[in-house]
Amino acid sequence: MKTKIIDRSNCRPVITQAGNSVALKTGSWRSLEPVLLKENCTNCLLCWLYCPDMSVIVRDGKVEGFDMDYCKGCGICALECPGKKGQKAIRMRKEEKE
Amino acid sequence: MSSSLKIKELSKKEILLAQGHRMCQGCGASIVVKMVMLAIDKPIVACSPTGCLEVTTCISDYTSWKIPWIHSAFENAAATMAGVETMYRSLKKQGKISEDMSFVVFAGDGGTYDIGFQSLSGALERGHDMLYICYDNGAYMNTGIQRSGATPFGASTTTSPAGSAVPGKIHQRKDITRIMAAHNIPYVAQASPSHHLDLMRKIQKALSIEGPKYINILSPCHRGWRSKPDDAIALSRLAVNTSFWPLFEIENGKTRVTYIPKDKRPLREFLRPQGRFAHLFQPENEWIIEKSQAKIDADWSALLAEGACEAIEE
Amino acid sequence: MKKKIAVTGNEALAEALRQINPDVCAAYPITPQTDMMQRFSEFVADGLVDTELMLVESEHSAMSACIGASAGGGRVATATSGPGLALMWEMLYVASGMRCPIVMPVINRALSAPLNIHCDHSDAMGARDSGWIQLWSENAQEAYDNMIMAFRIAEHTDIRLPVMVCMDGFIISHSLGIMEFLADDVVRKFIRKFTPHEALLDINHPVSYGPLIVTDQYHEYKNAQNNIMSEVFDVASDVAAEFENISGRRYGFFETYKLEDAEIGIVILNSAAGTCKDMIDEARREGIKIGLLKPRLFRPFPYEMIAAALSHLKVICVLDRSDSFGAHAPLFVEIATSLYNCKQRPVLINRIYGLGGRDFMPEHVSGVINEMIDIAGKKIEIIPKKYISLRK
Ligand code: SF4
Ligand code: SF4
Repeated sequence: MKTKIIDRSNCRPVITQAGNSVALKTGSWRSLEPVLLKENCTNCLLCWLYCPDMSVIVRDGKVEGFDMDYCKGCGICALECPGKKGQKAIRMRKEEKE
Repeated sequence: MSSSLKIKELSKKEILLAQGHRMCQGCGASIVVKMVMLAIDKPIVACSPTGCLEVTTCISDYTSWKIPWIHSAFENAAATMAGVETMYRSLKKQGKISEDMSFVVFAGDGGTYDIGFQSLSGALERGHDMLYICYDNGAYMNTGIQRSGATPFGASTTTSPAGSAVPGKIHQRKDITRIMAAHNIPYVAQASPSHHLDLMRKIQKALSIEGPKYINILSPCHRGWRSKPDDAIALSRLAVNTSFWPLFEIENGKTRVTYIPKDKRPLREFLRPQGRFAHLFQPENEWIIEKSQAKIDADWSALLAEGACEAIEE
Repeated sequence: MKKKIAVTGNEALAEALRQINPDVCAAYPITPQTDMMQRFSEFVADGLVDTELMLVESEHSAMSACIGASAGGGRVATATSGPGLALMWEMLYVASGMRCPIVMPVINRALSAPLNIHCDHSDAMGARDSGWIQLWSENAQEAYDNMIMAFRIAEHTDIRLPVMVCMDGFIISHSLGIMEFLADDVVRKFIRKFTPHEALLDINHPVSYGPLIVTDQYHEYKNAQNNIMSEVFDVASDVAAEFENISGRRYGFFETYKLEDAEIGIVILNSAAGTCKDMIDEARREGIKIGLLKPRLFRPFPYEMIAAALSHLKVICVLDRSDSFGAHAPLFVEIATSLYNCKQRPVLINRIYGLGGRDFMPEHVSGVINEMIDIAGKKIEIIPKKYISLRK
């Protein structure tokens, strides 16, 4: 990403493209990654609510997986997941990096 | 009518804090901001003072805010937002703006308890229609974990390090929520992200009331608390269950405890997982835990006496 | 309809503010600005303006609120003096850096300690590097005129920078002078409707104000701010030309008085220029070729034009109503800088007068005139900087 050059035409501390930080892929910060075990998931969506990085993907009220472009691997989702009958639906594992 | 707070319903809403923000992994503040915005229906205009949230969500040329947002300096978020809100009232009165908006400040404890205190007190006195949220992580985390007026008694920070002569911070926290309530504003509350429904209800209630509102929200920071990246929710839950962080609201002067732990836990359980309190578990410092526990118990009893009868359980 | 009446400087500025009718005004009381804001509060109380008046708990919050309001997308004004301006200092840079076209009368007052509420220029001079445009005014009429022009300059699309309108505390703010107001409709037409620019309150186009800018952009940002300042000259001239059409009063970047054929000259800001002009008339009657230059636009500073107006002189005394302790005072430094590259340079002396409201009397002017004559005649040694009118 090239930083724009400031001159008199854009010398204004305003960012007009709301939410454009999606261009910054924070997934590279991760050392652990969450893994979803769908069979244990009750779709309570607590993981979605608690994820600080908006990285739990939910479609039609169901957890689909994680957005690895942004997931920082904090593990909150895994720790907070109540799962089914004491069996968590998310666990963290060491990420294999090329 | 405010919209449903059922998670299934919420999950259909757009989260107004974009991905790609540069808060640390597992940061409590991002969870707080996300929950607050999820609870709000009207268009939001937000303001943050200089701090963790500000520097990580808006670094040129990128912003994580999908809503209008402003930062001007550190000690003046309330005054800055008050200026925005006043311009809104002026333009609305003159027919130059028609939309309804909610004005929300997201400030850390340094910008609230300490350097931003005067500006906040003034804004509350003037009655601006805005909601001031303090995400309280109990120290100046952005500048490297220096003690603030919010740092708990006994905590070790970079400017109140636990040493052989001084056992961490030797002063009690300011009771900011009560100080805000003493301004006689219509709504003041304390919330925790672990009790998300309670938190979001308070946001909705606050925004249904005209005038200044203040909500103090516990916001774990594992870097400053010297704990683990995954424990923001677990620690905030412990804070509530030990009554370190009681959940209550004061509406038009009337106190209501909004959550009573079924099994009030000893303070140690909240302190133990945090490195900033590790030194307190040495025998010579045990008195600090005892003193803290005694204060918490007394405060909790006083709070219950004030507003227990109407407490609801989640 | 123009009306000529006797008013104080503060009344004149309050009246200007009423005519301008800003959307938001945030202020905190400080002597000698107070009665200007009190008067304006009466206009608000009587429903004569649409302005939302914010009576905040400090000047720091006043400027912060002005920044928030301005970013919100409307016309904003405030006013302050001395320590109030000092308390705003951090936010002055934010206002200019955020390109907020806020207009602020500064009713010049000394800075503590020791505590003193009277006129000097230490307040505005301390803020001269803050990225604000500064217009200085000799009397109530000039302050009123500058105030009206200030909004046009501040809000010009190429500029969008805050403006300070400086006027001497007490000497002008609290004493009566005869002046002429413009009619309300003339003022409103002149200042035009406010055009918002990337307004924070435009919820359909959400913007983020005030990002962190790191080293890869900050330096260029400041260069751009400096370049924008250079464009103020053209805008200020155009605005002044238009203003002449509605008022009959002509304003340049500075005023010269009997300077063309002069051999010695005085450079001075604001109200004390009046006393100097009287004494120049007297000296001229005795055949002394003396003139005066009074800067109006102090930021940006018109170095070349000032050099052209002054370089033919033999001796110049720059009279400063503020000091830079252990150095030359601010106005002197600018005049010296202007003249440095001239082939022929006058001798410059710096005299400090009138701090904390110390009277500036005709004999003080004669004193510096005589000193300049002696320097021109090589009769005395040159003392570069000195306080005058010290009590014996
Ligand atoms: S928290 Fe666990 S059970 Fe609940 S939705 Fe997420 S993965 Fe499924
Ligand atoms: S590990 Fe953290 S960032 Fe990744 S999905 Fe889970 S909660 Fe979100």
